[in-house]
Amino acid sequence: MATTILPDAPAPAPAEGTSTLAGSRRGDRLFKGVLTVAALAVPVLMAFLVYELYVGSRLAIERYGLGFVAGTTWDPVAEEFGAAPLIFGTLLSSLLALVIAVPLSLGVAIYLTEFAPRAVRQPIAFIIELLAAIPSVVYGLWGIFVLIPLLKAHVFPFLRDTLGFLPFFQGPIYGPSMLAASIILAIMIMPFIMSVAREVLLAVPGSQREAALALGATRWEAVVSAILPYARSGILGAIILGLGRALGETMAVTMLIGNRHEIAASLFAPGYTMAAVIANEFSEAATDIHFAALTYVALVLFLVTVTVNAAARLLIWRVGAGGGGKRS
Amino acid sequence: MNRKRLRRWKSNLMVGLMIAAVVVAVAPLLFILLNLVVKGAGSLSFGFFTRMPVPAGETGGGVAHAIVGTLIMVGMAALVGVPLGIGAGLFSAEFPGTRLAKASRFLADVMNGTPSIVVGVFAWTLIVARTKQFSALAGSAALAMLMIPMVMRTTEELIKLVPHSLREAALALGYPRWRTTVSIVLRTALPGIVTGSLLAVARVAGETAPLLFTALGSQFFSLSVNEPMAALPLTVFQYATGPYEEWHQFAWAAALVLIIVVMVLSLAARLATRGRFTRHG
Repeated sequence: MATTILPDAPAPAPAEGTSTLAGSRRGDRLFKGVLTVAALAVPVLMAFLVYELYVGSRLAIERYGLGFVAGTTWDPVAEEFGAAPLIFGTLLSSLLALVIAVPLSLGVAIYLTEFAPRAVRQPIAFIIELLAAIPSVVYGLWGIFVLIPLLKAHVFPFLRDTLGFLPFFQGPIYGPSMLAASIILAIMIMPFIMSVAREVLLAVPGSQREAALALGATRWEAVVSAILPYARSGILGAIILGLGRALGETMAVTMLIGNRHEIAASLFAPGYTMAAVIANEFSEAATDIHFAALTYVALVLFLVTVTVNAAARLLIWRVGAGGGGKRS
Repeated sequence: MNRKRLRRWKSNLMVGLMIAAVVVAVAPLLFILLNLVVKGAGSLSFGFFTRMPVPAGETGGGVAHAIVGTLIMVGMAALVGVPLGIGAGLFSAEFPGTRLAKASRFLADVMNGTPSIVVGVFAWTLIVARTKQFSALAGSAALAMLMIPMVMRTTEELIKLVPHSLREAALALGYPRWRTTVSIVLRTALPGIVTGSLLAVARVAGETAPLLFTALGSQFFSLSVNEPMAALPLTVFQYATGPYEEWHQFAWAAALVLIIVVMVLSLAARLATRGRFTRHG
């Protein structure tokens, strides 16, 4: 083939070579121009987002300044806004969700990469990734009508009876509560942590494990001594990525947390989060300062999640750069 | 000898705990799907898809307005978000070293991690506050913005997987660069890009938060993009948090429809490219 094409190909080139070359160069320039416009979309939109959030919240920033994040009163009628209970609720619900989700998702990820029979690896990973496809509002619906009655009837009384000496498990049981929201959040972020942790574990070279096994380690000891240390920062990245998800999660939390501007020690008590207050109050806000305060909350939430996500990316990227080829 | 047995026993114990973790992790999915079918299927009928909602207290009625609303808003979002995402992904795969590629790659990750409610606030300040009108257009804009970074990153990853030899072969045959990219590289990566786009569509189809104060939701059938419009996730939210038992019933049925739509989209997306471009084949 090559020998028949080669003598032919140059023949037309001298005749119209310059014009087609110029044509293709023009095509290349046009092509690059179109792609550049598309590539500019993301930076432009993000710049716009930050600008709009800042302008939208300027009224509140000027009136409350940084004290906004420390104030505990949220009273739209008196035009007094403080976000401390919201920030507290966001952080506490996300951290509790991590406490529940991290051991589970790491257990699943380690099992799937190191122990499970090959035949079940893909199906289980697939099923858990389907959990990630369930819309947040469906989790909320399920939470209201299935999870909360279950928790209220069995789990919360049990916790109060056995761990009631701790301040976290005291007080009246309402149903919608910080703990209920944290549990639904844990279910929601588990697939994300699991799939990123699995990617990271797959990137650990097989020789790490083989070396440990050859030295007489049991399979679990190989995981603890050879594989986890290698994947440590990537797994930390996976966890922080899950944290980022939990911080910004809106619908399910709004439906389960009880929506009360309060900092309570008991996990049975209702709370509030930054995302939930925006969801509940934004379409009903009546005054400019109320809109500005809610936009200020959005700005704070945005800055928190950006910081958390950037940290996660950095950690995951470090494993990717350090690790060699991927295993399957 | 005893110590060795202890170590082996510990290893087995940990494996047992991990299997328990798998069971606990998989259980919610089965539980949720089961509940959806049990509580939702009873209210599903042909009329549920074709009728409009009825006032509280009456039974019957459907979610035709919300299904159409979701189709319109997600469709418009995809029309904007998918081409922009593919274009941006192509740019950062084709010109990886440029400052624009690095910036948009980093910012796409930031955007991906931005809570969807924040994107909703952005769409509100950008469109609703300016036009003084809740509108389907504002809802679509928020959804499109959520899609762009997802589609972009998938496109870029898949373009990078196309073997370099294909590109070199096309260039050696005298193809201009843009034709090489469009008809060889993009063509090769297309099934994966379709998958990524479908997954992005599936994800935004279930989004509620960015629509709450942009599209707002509505009890009426509307095709106008300049007015409030209903959407399936909004309907689920409004009926689930309402006071009436019939409404809750309705919410379960709407949620079942929503999850069928989302699951079919994501399953189709995954099955479409099974065995191709998989790193864990």
